[in-house]
Amino acid sequence: MGTAPASRDVTSYGMGLAAPLALFFLVFFVAPLLQLLWLSLHNDTAALHWGLGQYLHFLTDPFSLSVLGSTLLLGAEVTAVCLVLGFPIAWLYQRVGPRLQTIIILIVLLPLLTSVVVRTFAWIVILGRQGIINATLQSLGIIDTPLKLLYTQFGVVIALAQVQMPLMTLPLITALGRIDPNLDDASCSLGAGSWRTFFRIVLPLSLPGVIAGCTLTYAAAITAFITQSLIGGGQMLFMPMYLYQQASTLQNWPFASAISIIFLLAVLAVVSVFTTLGRMSRGYGGA
Amino acid sequence: MADTPGGRSLVVDAVTHRYPSGALAVENINLDIKGGEIIALLGPSGCGKTTLLRIIAGFIAQTQGRIIIGDDIVDALPPNRRAVGIVFQNYALFPHLSISENVGYGLAARGVDKASRQREAQRLLELVQLPAMAERLPRQLSGGQQQRVALARALAIKPSILLLDEPFAALDKNLRLDMQIEVKRLQRVSGITTLIVTHDQEEALSMADRVAVLSHGKLEQFGTPSDVYDRPQTLFVNTFVGSSNRMPGVVVSADRTAAKVRLDAGAEIIARPAGGTLSEGGRVTVCIRPEHLQFVGDETGFAGVVGMSLPLGATVVHEIKTADGAGVKISQARIGETRALENGAAVRLAPLAPSLANAFPATL
Repeated sequence: MGTAPASRDVTSYGMGLAAPLALFFLVFFVAPLLQLLWLSLHNDTAALHWGLGQYLHFLTDPFSLSVLGSTLLLGAEVTAVCLVLGFPIAWLYQRVGPRLQTIIILIVLLPLLTSVVVRTFAWIVILGRQGIINATLQSLGIIDTPLKLLYTQFGVVIALAQVQMPLMTLPLITALGRIDPNLDDASCSLGAGSWRTFFRIVLPLSLPGVIAGCTLTYAAAITAFITQSLIGGGQMLFMPMYLYQQASTLQNWPFASAISIIFLLAVLAVVSVFTTLGRMSRGYGGA
Repeated sequence: MADTPGGRSLVVDAVTHRYPSGALAVENINLDIKGGEIIALLGPSGCGKTTLLRIIAGFIAQTQGRIIIGDDIVDALPPNRRAVGIVFQNYALFPHLSISENVGYGLAARGVDKASRQREAQRLLELVQLPAMAERLPRQLSGGQQQRVALARALAIKPSILLLDEPFAALDKNLRLDMQIEVKRLQRVSGITTLIVTHDQEEALSMADRVAVLSHGKLEQFGTPSDVYDRPQTLFVNTFVGSSNRMPGVVVSADRTAAKVRLDAGAEIIARPAGGTLSEGGRVTVCIRPEHLQFVGDETGFAGVVGMSLPLGATVVHEIKTADGAGVKISQARIGETRALENGAAVRLAPLAPSLANAFPATL
């Protein structure tokens, strides 16, 4: 009777308990993904002839590449807006009393409690030609003709940033909460001003949260079918909608599959860049 | 800023701090600290000593009073311009910076170039006897080593005042003594006026030139370790510093230097009026340390019955039950074969000298 058999028991328990989820993933995630890959490696819509034609088509077609490019750029813009707006909120959260903390957390989480569709329609009401912003600016006499806010890149970025904000703020709050408040005081007593303290101490130590937040926000923003389509409208085409058109409207399943695989790889590439950056920063290991 | 490294004086002038809730954190504290002194702020947790430290460092703006370092009133200066070095209880080393970068951090904030920074960091690491650790990260060091780095980092900015917040609380007992000696050595070398916040009376008495005892935000006594230990000015100081028997009684007669007190335990003794003059007939508490009591053979002193005896190595402590039912401890040096005291034996006790029994007016 030693500790070794007991601990092996615990491990096998763990494996057993994970089995249902593993099976679920295998059947509903890995298998479709493999089917997708199989489908994408066919040159014709009936999936009879093997070949890399679909990939060649995508990678040589300027239109397809521009859709991929604008989608990845959209993700970067949304992530940047979320980071710039979310960091101060997370920073503030760590410096207020418990009552204000509850209020901040509630405000941060509130978007998650309503449907994405509802939130997106709210943005249509805000950004539209007769929307809140245009009506206000016109009644104040600042503008004569309504600004075009809806169906623009700007509109999509702002709406997506609001929709995905919790994914950035929550990891940041956690990361900032792990930083010993004495470090702030120590930096200050050594003669550093607030900006030096922020850039030399707070920011490097919050990098794990920044990386996590950016990864989540980025992945969520580029795949946000509903918000992209409703705010972007017909003029703005991003990868999820492009994919949908190819699969549903044109019934070109092999090409749609190839788009999915390329999109997946592109996202994985960006995410692994984030992760590598995080690993490289010494703050990652924590105290 | 007068650029004389070390040895600046520190005056805490009538400092009062009130929390936003209205509660007083510290009340009318006056400390006049000479350049190069080591001062201990001693008190139980919640007595306001850490608040006072943070006021001196500039993290808290006091409600009233002034902080004067050297010739400068520093109340308007933020912490990063006070040139006050702090060693935090948990050291607060920057976990993502190397030891060398930690020590050089304050110099970087002052715009010192990288080469000079590294040179100075290396010099300080040699001073704290960690010359080979420059490239490591804080988490690769032991607690004692981290504390040396924290000291080196605080000393790097050539502070006019060095503040140590419970610096030895996180260290185990043997290491604590080493670090106390180390800090005292570094302080001697640098001559920096040093303030140590502690709740450990032994630490305060052994390290400091003068000890400020605080209780409930008030300064109870500010004096040399022997003043505080042998001539306590308040009942709190007498009982908080060292151990003490508290014996209630009534003043029979009193003048400025001596008071005759009738103890409830059943004897009249001469005591020193410690907290000012005492009025005849008033209730007092007489404090006598266990090592200041002796067994007497004649009819002087008060009677008691031996309860428990605890041999503590160099001394033996006996607990004596007195006539009023209270317990009194007496500590005797173990010289040769000490006569064993029978449990239940009747004995008589008296203070070694009248000046070693302190009488304080009883608080109601």
